[in-house]
Amino acid sequence: MEDTAIEEAEVSGPAEFAPALIATHPQGNSVAVAIGPELRVFDLKAGSPVLSSDDCGDRSHSDAIRAICFSVSGAFFASAGDDKLVKVWKTDSWCCIRTITSEKRVSAVAISNDGLYVTFADKFGVVWLVTLGEDGADQVSVDKKPVSILGHYCSIITGMKFSPDGRFIATADRDFKIRVTLFPKNPLKGAHEIQSFCLGHTDFVSCIAFTSTSENQSFLISGGGDSTVRLWDYVNGCLLDTCQVRDKMGEFLEPNETDDSSLSITDICPSNDGSLVAVAIQSFNGVMLLACDIVGKKLSFLKVITMEKSYIPTSLSSSFSSELLWTVMGASNMPNQASSQLLTRLRIIPCFQKDLLSSENGPVILEDSELPHGEKLLLALQGSLDIAKQEEVLASVLAALKVSMHKMLVKKHYSEERREQRKRGRNDKKIKN
Amino acid sequence: MTRTNGANGGGDGQQQASAAGKLPRKRFYRARAHSNPLSDSHFPVPVSPDEVDLSQHYPRYFPADKGGEGEEPPPRIRFADVGCGFGGLLVGLSPLFPDTLMIGMELRDKVTEYVKERILALRASNPGHYDNISVVRTNSMKYIPNYFRKAQITKMFFLFPDPHFKEKNHRRRVISMQLLDEYAYVMEVGGIIYTITDVEELGEWMRSCLEKHPLFEAILEEEINADPVVKLLSTATEESQKVARNGGQTFHAIFRRISLQEE
Repeated sequence: MEDTAIEEAEVSGPAEFAPALIATHPQGNSVAVAIGPELRVFDLKAGSPVLSSDDCGDRSHSDAIRAICFSVSGAFFASAGDDKLVKVWKTDSWCCIRTITSEKRVSAVAISNDGLYVTFADKFGVVWLVTLGEDGADQVSVDKKPVSILGHYCSIITGMKFSPDGRFIATADRDFKIRVTLFPKNPLKGAHEIQSFCLGHTDFVSCIAFTSTSENQSFLISGGGDSTVRLWDYVNGCLLDTCQVRDKMGEFLEPNETDDSSLSITDICPSNDGSLVAVAIQSFNGVMLLACDIVGKKLSFLKVITMEKSYIPTSLSSSFSSELLWTVMGASNMPNQASSQLLTRLRIIPCFQKDLLSSENGPVILEDSELPHGEKLLLALQGSLDIAKQEEVLASVLAALKVSMHKMLVKKHYSEERREQRKRGRNDKKIKN
Repeated sequence: MTRTNGANGGGDGQQQASAAGKLPRKRFYRARAHSNPLSDSHFPVPVSPDEVDLSQHYPRYFPADKGGEGEEPPPRIRFADVGCGFGGLLVGLSPLFPDTLMIGMELRDKVTEYVKERILALRASNPGHYDNISVVRTNSMKYIPNYFRKAQITKMFFLFPDPHFKEKNHRRRVISMQLLDEYAYVMEVGGIIYTITDVEELGEWMRSCLEKHPLFEAILEEEINADPVVKLLSTATEESQKVARNGGQTFHAIFRRISLQEE
């Protein structure tokens, strides 16, 4: 029974499904949205969309972008995805300064805190590193080749982040694991010393984020397919607290939506002061806010911000300079989806700070007209101004989101019979090259 | 060959026999020589080392009525035989280190069943012995950190691993730069990693991986010769006996876990 359901899903290809992503410049200079192969950037300072240019004459993205990030300084931006390309951009001019070709599809990308290295993870679970250097042109070609620095044994890496002090690189995978590795001074020789494993998730880990407090303390937060958000002392690999999302979600969801497979955590985003964590959940039209008590080492439910029924965020981001929580909804690579339909929907929650949130009125969601640069921004990032008119597109995105996020990452289980059948039907042995 | 229950291997009759001290017979535990370490696993894996129930593995060391407060902390597994096969090394090591908990890790379920029965039989016929060895069915290339804490292991064994000759399949080898990171993580500084094979190419591969890895250093030949464990590598296991019978050569690489030197 279950197998047939999975089989059908395989045909329609949920593994190919790609959620829209959002990233904001740490100083709030710009905001980037990725949907399918498209990268949409808006310059918040100038108030105009950015025409990014592929200076080096390399290929531009041709398949779904799976990961985007800004460097800590904001000087660089990296994008990578299913087309096996990792592109590094300079954010002052939005020129692509480097295009790296990976052997496999790329699932995660990060830039080291000093801005010297870009790391990316491929579908085999191997993390590669390239030197950025000051001027791409001066580099010897040998330096440009990616070197593998660590690996999760054949498990897709779902998230990769550098710790705030730059000492560690954390990688999360589909096999429930988070690995925290010392990032050496000379990473070209590999990152071999593991500081800790953060183990506790009982399904795939979908997202990780570091929070830092004014006392220079820092913690790791993770979300997963087991519908939990967890707080970690990552230096010692200790689980400090677990927040079970299901307990809080009951009243907001349909009864058939309350199992783990529809409550997977899609994304998490800590506030600048580390006191708040915003959580996006697969089937929930809104954002859940958790209070992160660093002293008491507790993660507790604060409130939910419900949005319109047709809006389920797929990605969250906040920048250091403003108190805005940016959210985006969208999906590409869905069956029967034309490339002209690469629409996203953007929503912003202001006052993403604990003391501001606790005020009487509570948080509101900005109206489209209240957004910074209003219509110009929406047109650039959403792909259409009046997205409400595109109801049909939106509805199909919504339906896909509700089921696909979990299916994309969950380990498939087959009955013994089915497994034997699949073994017989495997095609990697038949194809001769 | 990833059957979830091993009942079709030995069967209940065998279990009773081993409880009575009769050694299990290999002919009832036929298994393929190789198993794909890359395939998704369908057996239970502990979420973290805290969930590993040692009392099931070593009942004598974890009596049910432990009312002791302020006692010394419970013992931990110190030796790991990765890909233990039919368990020859464990059985050989057990009397040499009677107070050290050791575990064999094996991916093939029928073979694991065999080792389980073998240990039970040995315990039954030699009361007070072989209580410090056990076996678990797992994929140690994927789940080592789920079983052991950081710096817990003092000796790790990789005896006659699958050679995986084809270059395409090199990533299936149990010794690689990437996997050595994980082995180094569970090993304490000063711990020793033992590898041996009868395949020269694999021997060179394992040695070069260990030489390149910054967390391991080669052990001097004199020290190796003085180590009583080393003799067992080429005599204790079923695989090594087969090699010896056929007059084959063996190649070992024995290295020590060191702490990282940042230059």
